[in-house]
Amino acid sequence: MSLRRLAPPEIQPPSFAFNAENAEWARDTIAKYPQGRQASAVISLLWRGQEQEGWVTHPMIESIARMLAMPFIRVLEVATFYTMFNLEPVGTHLVQVCTTTPCWLRGSDAVVDACKKHIHPHPHTVSADGKFSWMEVECLGACVNAPMLQIGSDFYEDIDGPITEKLIDDLRAGRAIKPGPANGRRSSEPEGAPTSLTDPSLYDGSAIGKYTKQVPEPAANTDAEGKAPTKAASDREAPVQKPPGAAT
Amino acid sequence: MLADKDRIFTNLYGLQDPGLEAAKKRGQWDNTKAILALGPEGIVDIMKKSGLRGRGGAGFPTGLKWSFMPKEVKERPHYLVVNADESEPGTCKDRDIMRHDPHTLVEGCLVASFAMRAHACYIYVRGEFIREREALQRAVDEAYAARLIGKNNIHGWDFDLYVHHGAGAYICGEETALLESLEGKKGQPRLKPPFPANVGLYGCPTTVNNVESIAVAPTIIRRGADWFAGIGRPNNTGTKVFCISGHVNKPCNVEEEMGIPLRELIDKHCGGVRGGWDNLLAVIPGGASVPLIPKSICDDVLMDFDSLKAVQTGLGTAAVIVMDKSTDVIKAIQRLAYFYKHESCGQCTPCREGTGWMWRVMTRMVKGDAKVAEIDLLQEVSKEIEGHTICALGDAAAWPIQGLIRHFRPEIEKRIADYSRMAAE
Repeated sequence: MSLRRLAPPEIQPPSFAFNAENAEWARDTIAKYPQGRQASAVISLLWRGQEQEGWVTHPMIESIARMLAMPFIRVLEVATFYTMFNLEPVGTHLVQVCTTTPCWLRGSDAVVDACKKHIHPHPHTVSADGKFSWMEVECLGACVNAPMLQIGSDFYEDIDGPITEKLIDDLRAGRAIKPGPANGRRSSEPEGAPTSLTDPSLYDGSAIGKYTKQVPEPAANTDAEGKAPTKAASDREAPVQKPPGAAT
Repeated sequence: MLADKDRIFTNLYGLQDPGLEAAKKRGQWDNTKAILALGPEGIVDIMKKSGLRGRGGAGFPTGLKWSFMPKEVKERPHYLVVNADESEPGTCKDRDIMRHDPHTLVEGCLVASFAMRAHACYIYVRGEFIREREALQRAVDEAYAARLIGKNNIHGWDFDLYVHHGAGAYICGEETALLESLEGKKGQPRLKPPFPANVGLYGCPTTVNNVESIAVAPTIIRRGADWFAGIGRPNNTGTKVFCISGHVNKPCNVEEEMGIPLRELIDKHCGGVRGGWDNLLAVIPGGASVPLIPKSICDDVLMDFDSLKAVQTGLGTAAVIVMDKSTDVIKAIQRLAYFYKHESCGQCTPCREGTGWMWRVMTRMVKGDAKVAEIDLLQEVSKEIEGHTICALGDAAAWPIQGLIRHFRPEIEKRIADYSRMAAE
C-alpha cells in the first residue's frame, strides 16, 4: 500500500462547489443507487470534482461528505485509498506512464526517460511552464499495446522514447495528438495481416436467426412467440449434468 | 485453430461498428425473448452443461455460481455485479469487449440477471478505462432507447443496468473488495462466509462475475451447451480471449479455443517469439499472479486450467507475458513484487508487511546484494504470506516469487556470486 496524505493547508483553496452542470450530473448519479445508499456515488463525485478542479482538495472532500450525508473521515479515507485521486496540484496535462512488467519488457524505461527529459527530472512535479506533470503508474490494462501511457482520458499505445517526446512537444505547442496505437494498427489486433475474424459471413447479417432455432423450448409452453423446437434441440434436454470441477 | 464461425466476439478489434444495429447484424440480441422463455432454471442448466468456467482468473464454474443464488426473492432484492475492474498485469481483454463488442455484455447482463432473478445490475469499470466506460455507457443507452432493457422492456423482465467506476485500485478486482467499493468505501476485502450469494451488495444476495463470463452467456445459450462444450477439452471447455504481450513479434488479443498449445498460440497469432522460439526464456501464462514457466515447459504445454495447474502455474486470466533471452528475469519479477506492494490494501498484516519485505529483498537480489541463504528465507516468508490473508492478493504476491525460485534459482545464485566477487575486487 502507499501512504497518501492531503496537500498541506497553505495550498488548499478556501472553498469548493460543483458548477451548475456538474451539480445536476451529481444529482443524477446519486439517483443510480437505492435510497439510503447514496454513499455509493462517492467515487464518482470525487472524480467529477477532480475533473473540475484538477485535484482533490480538502474543501471538496467536506462538500461531498455533506452532499452524501457521510462523515468527513469516510470520504477522506476513500480519497486517500484510491490512487487515481490527485491529492496535490498536477500539470494541465497529467502524463501517466505504465511501467509494470508487460510495459517494462517492451521498453517503458525509454518512455520514462523521455518524460524526465521533456517534463521534469522528478515525477509528481509540475513542469516549469505549468503545463505538465508525470508519474509512473501500475498496469493500465493495455498490455498488448505496450509500452503505453495515459494523458487525460486517452491511452497512447505502441510508443517508444522518440514518440513520447513528440507527443509532449506537440501538446506543449498546442497541436492535436492522436490517441490509440502509434504503429498504425486499429487496436489490439496483430500488426499486418489479420489472423482471425476474416470470414465475411460474420458481418453480412446472416448471423440473424441462425442459431435461435437451437434454443431449446421450455417444458411448459409459456412463450407463444417461440419457435417450435427442432429434434436436435429437444434431444439436448438431457438430465442435469454434474457440475464440473471441484473448486470451491 | 478455432474457426471464425465459432468465435463469440466477432468485433474484438473494433474493425466493425460497435453500435446496436451492427451488433444485431452480428447476431446479438437475436430473439433474446426465447432465451428468457427458458426460465431461470433452464438458463442455469445450460450454463452448467456448457462447462463454462469463470473467465476472471479463478475458473469457478459459472453455472454453479449462478445456482447459489436464492431460488425466490424475499424482502432483499437480488443483484448482479459485473467485475470490469480489469487490472491484472498482462490482461486487456475486457477492455476490448467493452469498447468494441459492448452489446454482448449488455445482453449478457440481462440474461444473467434474469437467471438469478435480479432486476438491477451494476458494472464496475476500472477508473482508468474512461473511454471504455463511455463506450459501454453508449451501448447501455442504446439498449434503453430500443427498450431492450429498462422498465417495461420488450423482453418482459424489468431490468436496470448501471455503469459504475472505480478510481485505480487493483484490489477492487477481488469480488468482496469490489462490493465494498461499490458501497462507497475503501476497497478492502470482506471475510467469507457469508458469501456474496447470501450477503453481497447492500447486504443483499449478489453474484459477481467477470465481463467475459457474462458476455459469452447469450451466445452459449443460443448455440447450445453442446456447441460450447464441444470446443476445448473436458472440464476446460469453450473459447477464451487470450492477451499475448511482451517479447513476441506481434502482440495481440485473440479469441481461441481452450487448450490450444502455447507454442501454436504464439506462432499463429503473434508472429512467433522475438528472435525465434529458441530465443524464449520464460512465459507467465495467466497474468502477473501466476508463477512463470521456463521454455522447457512452454514447448508443449496446453493453455487451459488443468494443463497449466499440472505444471504448477495457472491459466488465470489467460494473459500470456512472454520473455525472451534478453530479459533480466529477476528484475521482471521484482517489478511485479513492487506492484503487489503498491496494491496491497493494508488490511492483513502478512500481506501489508510481507509484500514490502519481499519487494525490498527482491530489489537487492536484482543487484545480487544478498546472501544465498536469503533465497530460502524469501521462499519461506512467501509461504507464510500465502494462505494467511483474507483475500488472494497475498497468494498472488507470493506465487511469482516462488515460481522464480523454482525455475531460476541458479540465476539468482549466479547474480549473488558475481556481486560478491565484484565487491571483493
